[in-house]
Amino acid sequence: MKATRKKTKAATAVAIGDPTAGDDRQARSLVTPEGVDLKLRLGDAGERAAALLIDLLIMVAALIAFALLAGLAMIGSKGKGGEVIGTVAVLVFFVLRNLYFVLFELTPGAATPGKRAMGLRVAARNGGRLTADAIFARNAMREIELYLPLSFLAVQGDQVGAWISLAGLLWCAVFLLFPLFNRDRLRVGDLVAGTWVVKAPTRKLAPDLVETSRPAVERFRFTMAQLDAYGVKELHVLEDVLRRYETKTIALVAARIRLKIGWNAAPDESNGDFLAAYYAGLRGRLESRLLLGKRRKDKFDKS
Amino acid sequence: MAELHLKSYRFRAEREADWRRLERLLTKVGKGSAKALSDEELLALPVLYRQALSSLSVARATSLDQGLVDYLESLSTRAYFLVYGTRSNFLERLGGFFGHAWPDAAKALWRETLASFLLTLVGVLAAYFLTLHDPDWFSAFVPGDLAGGRGPTASVEAMRATLYDQGEHKGLSVFAAFLFTHNSGVAIFAFALGFAFCLPTSMLMAYNGAMLGAFLAAFGMKGLAFEAGGWLAIHGVTEISAVILAGAAGLRIGWTLAFPGDLSRPAAMAQAGRQSATLMGGVVVMLFCAGILEGVGRQVIQNDFARYGIGLVTLVAWPAYLYLPRRRSVVG
Repeated sequence: MKATRKKTKAATAVAIGDPTAGDDRQARSLVTPEGVDLKLRLGDAGERAAALLIDLLIMVAALIAFALLAGLAMIGSKGKGGEVIGTVAVLVFFVLRNLYFVLFELTPGAATPGKRAMGLRVAARNGGRLTADAIFARNAMREIELYLPLSFLAVQGDQVGAWISLAGLLWCAVFLLFPLFNRDRLRVGDLVAGTWVVKAPTRKLAPDLVETSRPAVERFRFTMAQLDAYGVKELHVLEDVLRRYETKTIALVAARIRLKIGWNAAPDESNGDFLAAYYAGLRGRLESRLLLGKRRKDKFDKS
Repeated sequence: MAELHLKSYRFRAEREADWRRLERLLTKVGKGSAKALSDEELLALPVLYRQALSSLSVARATSLDQGLVDYLESLSTRAYFLVYGTRSNFLERLGGFFGHAWPDAAKALWRETLASFLLTLVGVLAAYFLTLHDPDWFSAFVPGDLAGGRGPTASVEAMRATLYDQGEHKGLSVFAAFLFTHNSGVAIFAFALGFAFCLPTSMLMAYNGAMLGAFLAAFGMKGLAFEAGGWLAIHGVTEISAVILAGAAGLRIGWTLAFPGDLSRPAAMAQAGRQSATLMGGVVVMLFCAGILEGVGRQVIQNDFARYGIGLVTLVAWPAYLYLPRRRSVVG
């Protein structure tokens, strides 16, 4: 169980035919004990900032909701429940400030609502279990990364206050930008805890394009030469185009391919059907060559 | 037709049901807790996970359907985190924490604890003698709102009154909760500040000691040393020990950042951070006890000897719990 940085990123990307991995600087390899590389992606700065913002908003909303409830309770008890409400208020504030992140990251999802919304989760950098002490450590550091600068920003007024605010802003900037100055996008808290924030998007299984387009493709027959015009890279681009299905792009790509393979369109031929049929044909051709151990990278690959 | 000969199409058709089942299990766990799964589902989980992993390997090598490969990557990653992620339940974790993790961390950080203790001691002694020598120092060490009318200028009677709380027990739990949260905040802050190469944490420790020393001097000058000792002992032993441990945790972080030792800096930091964090968990527990002792115990118990008694018990109990050698559990 070892997470190693991918040194031969480009080579691997070619070998597995992933068109995006070659220039993906956020990709990190995580090799499971079973020996499969899961190829994690790190959460980028924007997503993490958005996640933090969502969490802060939730915390503020919770505080406001609690204040309203406490006010109602005070009115309801005619001031007699003051002590209980006061105690609860102090503890609620403490829990929100210090335990909000910890408690949510201790759940199996290892993510706060904000992270969940952005498809992020916390993971141990060594690929092992994410332990409670690591979660505590990464969030205790928020004290100097987040709350201290915020309290500096709250200082207003006289000359001294302004200087303190400035110092606070500088401090804030150092910690705010810290993740941008290391490869793994670590916060100070991540550094101290041995964690990182990775993407854990939940993808739906998209329908197989070959299956969905089957009724339409019966009438198309392509020759071997026509199917040999393209390679894996173009197939993936075509897949992307078909999945998005924007009429303009479809028309454009269809015209391009017809020209390339010398296809004479029938008068009532739909662009979408033509592309779906060509996709099915091309994939079949490339897959049968894969069985012989030949992966044709792109249209320039002569193998 | 071509698609009937597509291996990737058949491959998917044969395995899709298993993937879907794994996906359903993952969604179930994501919504509730790990307890949401039945025994049968728990047993099926690792099997389905390995099937998804092998499907991913095969799909990467033979399928040109990028949507399928993406899906399997996401599915396998989610399942990996569940299978190899945190799964021990809350009670087990709690048992492990009190059973060995916390005392182990305290033992491992004994050097930092000693340093933190000495810094506090230096603060106490310096402030004590400075204040005895020149009472004006008191206000330099103790901020006005914390002094609360105490100080070298106050009368003996007024000082005595702050040590005992006659009859008025209202708002005790609010006070206890406030003390607990305030002190925990300070402790976490001391820990986090350690990151800046120990310096702020060291200063915080010395300053914390200085406040204590100045207080003791102020009471000592009025001949109230014994009474003030009792007032302090009942909760102070627990509270000051907790703050010293928090300082130790901070020092370990800062020290490791400066001198990572044999490991790479990130690896050393991660190790030190986890160990210190465990200790910090213990600090919060101690501060909770101190908050109750201070907010409730000190108000209810007005007898000096009883106060000293409780102080003495805590003075023996905490070190005994943390540092006495204990039998290793075989599992660890």
